[in-house]
Amino acid sequence: MNVSTYPAPLSEPLKSPADSVSAFIYRYGNKLLLYLLLIALSIPFLFPFWWMITSAFKPANDIFAYPLTLLPQTWRFENFVEVFTFQPFARHYFNSLYIAVLVTLGTLVISSLSGYAFARIRFRGSGLFFLLLLSALMMPTEVTIIPNYTLMQILRLTDTHIPLIILPILGGNGIVACFLMRQYFLGIPQDLEEAGFLDGLTRWGIFWRIAMPIARPALISVTILTFLYSWNAFLEPLVFISNSDLYTLPLSLRSITDEYGQAMWNIQLAATVLTVLPVLVIYAIAQRHVVESFALSGSKG
Amino acid sequence: MQSSAVVRRQMSLARKDELIGYLFVAPQMIGFLLFVLGPIVAVFLFSTQERNLLSGVVNPVAFANFDTMLQSDRLFPKVLGNSLAFTLGLVPLNLLLSLTLAVLLTRKLRGTLFFRTLFFAPVITSTVAWAIVWRFLLQGEQGINQLLDGVGIDGPNWLREPGWAMASVIVTRVLKTAGLNMIIFMSAIQNIPREYDEAASVDGANARQVFFRITLPQLAPTILVALVLTIIGSLQVFDHILLMTNGGPANSTAVLIYYIWFQAFRVFDIGYASALAVVLFLIVLTATAVQWLLRQRFIYNER
Repeated sequence: MNVSTYPAPLSEPLKSPADSVSAFIYRYGNKLLLYLLLIALSIPFLFPFWWMITSAFKPANDIFAYPLTLLPQTWRFENFVEVFTFQPFARHYFNSLYIAVLVTLGTLVISSLSGYAFARIRFRGSGLFFLLLLSALMMPTEVTIIPNYTLMQILRLTDTHIPLIILPILGGNGIVACFLMRQYFLGIPQDLEEAGFLDGLTRWGIFWRIAMPIARPALISVTILTFLYSWNAFLEPLVFISNSDLYTLPLSLRSITDEYGQAMWNIQLAATVLTVLPVLVIYAIAQRHVVESFALSGSKG
Repeated sequence: MQSSAVVRRQMSLARKDELIGYLFVAPQMIGFLLFVLGPIVAVFLFSTQERNLLSGVVNPVAFANFDTMLQSDRLFPKVLGNSLAFTLGLVPLNLLLSLTLAVLLTRKLRGTLFFRTLFFAPVITSTVAWAIVWRFLLQGEQGINQLLDGVGIDGPNWLREPGWAMASVIVTRVLKTAGLNMIIFMSAIQNIPREYDEAASVDGANARQVFFRITLPQLAPTILVALVLTIIGSLQVFDHILLMTNGGPANSTAVLIYYIWFQAFRVFDIGYASALAVVLFLIVLTATAVQWLLRQRFIYNER
């Protein structure tokens, strides 16, 4: 492209429509190309969500209709009623919710205590302890779930919610939380705590009144990561729970099939929307926090 | 000069502080010993036993499980091959897509926030939901094949043909998690000093040269670490495969982690499943060690 001619200086009016088109392309062509590329790439990300939400409002037969329609021809809101009558979906919802809340609270308490101690308190063995935790960070839950299942069998805790609450708090997810908290506490200026010490605060006082309020952003990150982990967890419920009253949402979604084992698509999708949408809405509102929390916790396949 | 009383007071304070330190880490460490370290040791022990999940039968059998694995179990080599194919397919595709998205979204454009939000959305979406939707979209004549039909392509039955099933599982998994590497690459790109590409542009480098000569080398440490973490992550993809294909058709998508679950919770042979878990443990350990070495080497680039 002829750099000396375009973009035309504003004082010099463009001569012909063709000229103005190529000027436009020169000015905005690169951006246009980038946008086209971004839009093309976003289709496989957007389409599943779009399809999930719109199909949840369709009668079962319309989901299979040809050609595919972007919006429901007839809106069938009964899907969302049948979700609750087909199986105890409200109970499953409550199970997921209360488990995720307990896991999050437990993780916050335990990881902030240990993270603070690893960052600030000198005690023999702290280096070794921390290295041990670090080494376990990469271990797949699947490696440890067999002995954990045996342990829970001995304790007679299979088919209860207790393993679903304890294992994330103390296993891999909790360890990530401990790291995040430690990292954050390390970044707090030591002077603040020393001032507190001189004012006569005990160690607990320094932790609770000085360090914890400052660590709010880290606590929010741990809350987001842990809640999502528990809400979306699949392996632990699959392995530990067989009583369908105790199902959490991921198990509930999977089990929406008719008597022949065929998925009841419209109901299943309505249930899926009810599971995913609250998370997406909160994400849309707090997306900066959510994205940052994941950036801190690192990459997974 | 400090009096001995003050010194003693400080000593006792330090000791008290040490005690508080132990109390603070106690829940985390006890939990770690009970539910992480203990089980890892137990997996090694179980792998030398004949052990049934339901009957509770336990017999020491030394290395018989590993003998079975290496000699008579014809599924084991297939499963390893599947894992390898899955990882080899997923990792480059994930890195390529996430890097492309990160580069696009760090340009000065309006609306990048919207795109970032969208590309990251599958990361926070439950795998079950993602799999339910994609399983439908990849079924027979529906969804994707309808769209392909529109442009005159006769698509295969994605999840019912071995090669296509593996490809489908890989691609849908990449779409689910590429957003994570994307945001990691984005923050790495934003940390590259602007002066570098400005200087290069002044020297007459074009956009492509700036990317390949300036941006990419600066990103190399981040990419290497993301590479290893994505490899490790790819070995742990269980729920996605269970829900999309259940290991089929003809075991073509049964990867190692799926096979461990299958042996433990479908065949109930937890001795053999533990032996398989030991193999997975060793693979992950090797990858972790590599990642550590890389981090040591590129430590200067860490936050």
